[in-house]
Amino acid sequence: YDISADKGERSRDRHKSRSKDSRSEKSVTINTPPAEPLLGDSSVRGEQVQDDNWGETTTAVTGTSEHSLSQEDIVRITKDLEDSVGLDCRRYVTRTIAVILGLLVFLTPLAFLVLPHILWPEKLQSCGTACEGLYISVAFKLLILLLAVWALFFRPARAGLPRVFVFRVLLAVLVFLFVVSYWLFYSVRILDSQDDNYQGIVQYAVSLVDALLFIHYLAVVLLELRQLQPCFSVCVTRSSDGETRHYNLGQLSIQRAALAIIEHYYCDFPIHNPALLSASKSRAAKHLAGLKVYNVDGPGNNAAAGMAQSQSRAMIAAAARRRDTSHNELYYEEAEHERRVRKRRARLVVAVEEAFTHIKRMQEEEPKKAPGDVMDPREAAQAIFPSMARALQKYLRTTKQQHCHSMESIQQHLAFCITNNMTPKAFLESYLTPGPTLQYGKDHWLGRRWTLISEASVTNGLKDGSVFVLKCVDFSLVVTAKKIPYIQMSEEYIDPKSHKFVLRLQSETSV
Amino acid sequence: LPAQDQPAGKPVTAVVQKIEIQKLRQGDNLILGFSIGGGIDQDPGQNPFSEDKSDKGIYVTRITPGGPAEVADLRVGDKIMQVNGWDMTVVTHDQARKKLTKKKEEVVRLLITRKSLEEAVKHSKGCHPRQ
Repeated sequence: YDISADKGERSRDRHKSRSKDSRSEKSVTINTPPAEPLLGDSSVRGEQVQDDNWGETTTAVTGTSEHSLSQEDIVRITKDLEDSVGLDCRRYVTRTIAVILGLLVFLTPLAFLVLPHILWPEKLQSCGTACEGLYISVAFKLLILLLAVWALFFRPARAGLPRVFVFRVLLAVLVFLFVVSYWLFYSVRILDSQDDNYQGIVQYAVSLVDALLFIHYLAVVLLELRQLQPCFSVCVTRSSDGETRHYNLGQLSIQRAALAIIEHYYCDFPIHNPALLSASKSRAAKHLAGLKVYNVDGPGNNAAAGMAQSQSRAMIAAAARRRDTSHNELYYEEAEHERRVRKRRARLVVAVEEAFTHIKRMQEEEPKKAPGDVMDPREAAQAIFPSMARALQKYLRTTKQQHCHSMESIQQHLAFCITNNMTPKAFLESYLTPGPTLQYGKDHWLGRRWTLISEASVTNGLKDGSVFVLKCVDFSLVVTAKKIPYIQMSEEYIDPKSHKFVLRLQSETSV
Repeated sequence: LPAQDQPAGKPVTAVVQKIEIQKLRQGDNLILGFSIGGGIDQDPGQNPFSEDKSDKGIYVTRITPGGPAEVADLRVGDKIMQVNGWDMTVVTHDQARKKLTKKKEEVVRLLITRKSLEEAVKHSKGCHPRQ
């Protein structure tokens, strides 16, 4: 039930996604597959097993881009409907193309082998030992090809990317052309002339399978190996509080780089806490609230734009001259807050340590106690939780983290720590420091709907100095890429015997 | 570095003073009554008297009170530029010692430079424009 509901949620998310080209910049939506259970939506069931990765190979997805020419406001409503239809069509179309291509690839060698037997069995030379050995070779190579294609392409999709994956399209086209050219040759030279050298036909089929394996090798290199070597150092900054991380990426297109960065974001960045930003916003509001500008020249004198500009200039000048003591307030406020946090933290640590002393693990050798005394981890957690609940809640309120942890989650975490013999300090660690977003409950993952805003096309490769923005609901991640420079290394040989030392001379001689 | 591998010295301009010291006979030795430090094979960073800590010249480090050097107005911290015509700016410590302690010479004529000399010249140039 849960899995089907997940997939339902996924398709609904895709319905809501937009991919539009605005006039000044291109913004496209990335959907990472959600896992939120949603009641009552069990529409799409059969999609989980199939290869969603082929979902980007079609070149027929042009429907949505045409809407970028019309006015956004008017078309947005109609675009909703058309997007849902367009994307669903896109997925099904790409899936069918992938299946057709797969069938073509696998059945072609078998067809090459079987057709002569069907069409001109009398003329055909019998298959000798060498030829039958080639049968085994074809069979095993096809099996290996099947396993390799399954390993590389039939993986659950990690994300829905806005544009097609260029390399996959190229590979699909290459495979298609290749198979078609083999068929052409076969039909002209073998079917038409009804060639009777069966061993040659079998070798032809074997060469096809060999070439397909090499194309698969090419696919592995292009899709997997090429981006492994780090080529760019990207700097990712969160716009709300300035958290910055640096990552090394290989040669990727912008959309794939964005996907990699989002995955790193969930693991590395501490959770976005809007409650911590309210203080600076109130300070900014206070700065502006203190000044009011009056225009003494009379109305209608200047143009509206000129007046606004002179007004803001007047405000800036006045603010600069004003003796502002808000820095004092900030200093003392922060010191006071720090003191309060430390006090609460000390109380919390003591309370938790005391609580943990109330229970101990029952050893097997102990004489059996009454069943009422023996508890499983959850009950043990519930038993000791009340003694630390108040201190923990006060601490979370002071550090403005109370919305991240529910009572249920705290008790679960406590039971988990007790089961694994963790110390009180280990239990507290997840509350004392804000952890990465993945650590918290699924409702904190902020919908996993990201919008990629980039001036360059998102299927272009990363370049030195590329900048793009990944927008989420509350904040955005600004990403800049820098190329790792070419490193020229030279060697210097040092003879181990050349390490010699002398005393520093400071002689003084009397003459 | 050994003496023959030292880099060549840079051209130097300095105000110098001539000092003539008569050697004093003490038993079998002829002494001058001062000690030298420095040389191209020594560590110039340890020289307390030099302005430029990469200066590898020969400096006077001690003057025996009442000795011939003191009588001749040699002072501690003087840099010896020449001894009897031999250059002392790019020599090893031992070469300098040898040039000063030649048994056959009874008089050594030194060209020395010191900071106060430069200042004196500047001062006098300033006071008396026609010099």
